[in-house]
Amino acid sequence: MTRVVIDCRRLLCPMPVIRVQDRAAAMRPGDELEAVCTDPGALNDIPAWCRINGHAVVEVRSAGGEHVVVLRVAGG
Amino acid sequence: MPDARRKAAALVSGGLDSMLAVRVIQDQGIRVEGLNFYTGFCVEGHTQAIRRQDQAKEKRNNALWVAEQLGIRLHIIDVVDAYKDVLLSPAHGYGANLNPCLDCKIFMVAKAREWIEAHDFDFLISGEVVGQRPMSQRKDTLPVVQAESGIGDLLLRPLSARRLPPTRPEREGWVDRERLHDFHGRSRKPQMALAAHYGIVDYAQPAGGCCFLTNEQYAVKLADLWRSRGERRYELDDIILLKIGRHIRPAPHYKVIVAREEGEGNFLHGYRKQYWSLRPLSHVGPYALIDGTPSPADVEWAAQIVARYSKGRDAPLVTVVAQDRDGAERELVVRPLAPAEIPAEWML
Ligand code: SF4
Repeated sequence: MTRVVIDCRRLLCPMPVIRVQDRAAAMRPGDELEAVCTDPGALNDIPAWCRINGHAVVEVRSAGGEHVVVLRVAGG
Repeated sequence: MPDARRKAAALVSGGLDSMLAVRVIQDQGIRVEGLNFYTGFCVEGHTQAIRRQDQAKEKRNNALWVAEQLGIRLHIIDVVDAYKDVLLSPAHGYGANLNPCLDCKIFMVAKAREWIEAHDFDFLISGEVVGQRPMSQRKDTLPVVQAESGIGDLLLRPLSARRLPPTRPEREGWVDRERLHDFHGRSRKPQMALAAHYGIVDYAQPAGGCCFLTNEQYAVKLADLWRSRGERRYELDDIILLKIGRHIRPAPHYKVIVAREEGEGNFLHGYRKQYWSLRPLSHVGPYALIDGTPSPADVEWAAQIVARYSKGRDAPLVTVVAQDRDGAERELVVRPLAPAEIPAEWML
């Protein structure tokens, strides 16, 4: 399993979703992708994007004006 | 019988019409996936994300939300750079403001055509309704979109299809034309009735259009940006900043962007390495940026403007910290400008 962190700080929605989408497309099932964002909209948008694409959200946390969403890329 | 092996891509804006168009085609057993293009001018999210007073409200991306309601996948495609040519030199001109709607539609359909070719989809659908919008959805402009985008008769508009010549998906029986609609004109009643039929009660109602280019105030600020630079160009940061704060231009070579509340101030703070920035020190007041090439006297003048929006507006003097792009700070003690000293023409 690979874990990749992408920096989406200062990007406004939907750019963080686009970054996650494009990065996830190049990952393998079971890999984890962590997006570090400052737009609180990402807390809704990235999980919504995960739901419609079947990826699992494994962690969501916010601290110090930063919002982190970790997802596991769907299998097969 | 419609052909359930066929796959359609849909232009999904997040509004009701594209939502209904997808539903109508799904009803015929056809698999649909959504495409959403991000130009940088989309109304989605931005200002909501920035302004503190909105932070308690639930924020959602309407295109994603619509896709989830419909149970379809959605591909959001970044076209910020490619869109510049469309906006800067639209072959068909602008609408009421700086909205190049017809060229925009042609561009998006052309991009969608590339996508369906690359992903082996059969046809494209959109929520356009004949006669609904003055520029891009007239009966005479719909064929222009088809011809110039190269999509030809693979573009089906399920809400108005029965008012238009049959497209290939209809002629070949991939979809049943009889079960498509004949909506036209500006009335929203047929859409509302169809929404009720499908049990859709919650949907976004964008006023005027899907992007900021139709907004008069925004178009004024964008035109000002181009005029002041002596050339028509922009970066994503420029067009995002146009959505934030008060923009005050005392001279062609600089303008001051003053946060209207804390959320905007926090957001502008993220730009402090790219712009001069100002913040009142002796009094509570807004964070501000200076866009352009200000002289020391201009920075002082900008500080007087910022002081005018601080709690010290009635004080004889206000201390404002000015920071250059390298982070060097200096304190300026200035007299706040009176409202009458800021002419209306400066306010963009
Ligand atoms: S309103 Fe904006 S996004 Fe919509 S068609 Fe016109 S230019 Fe394009």
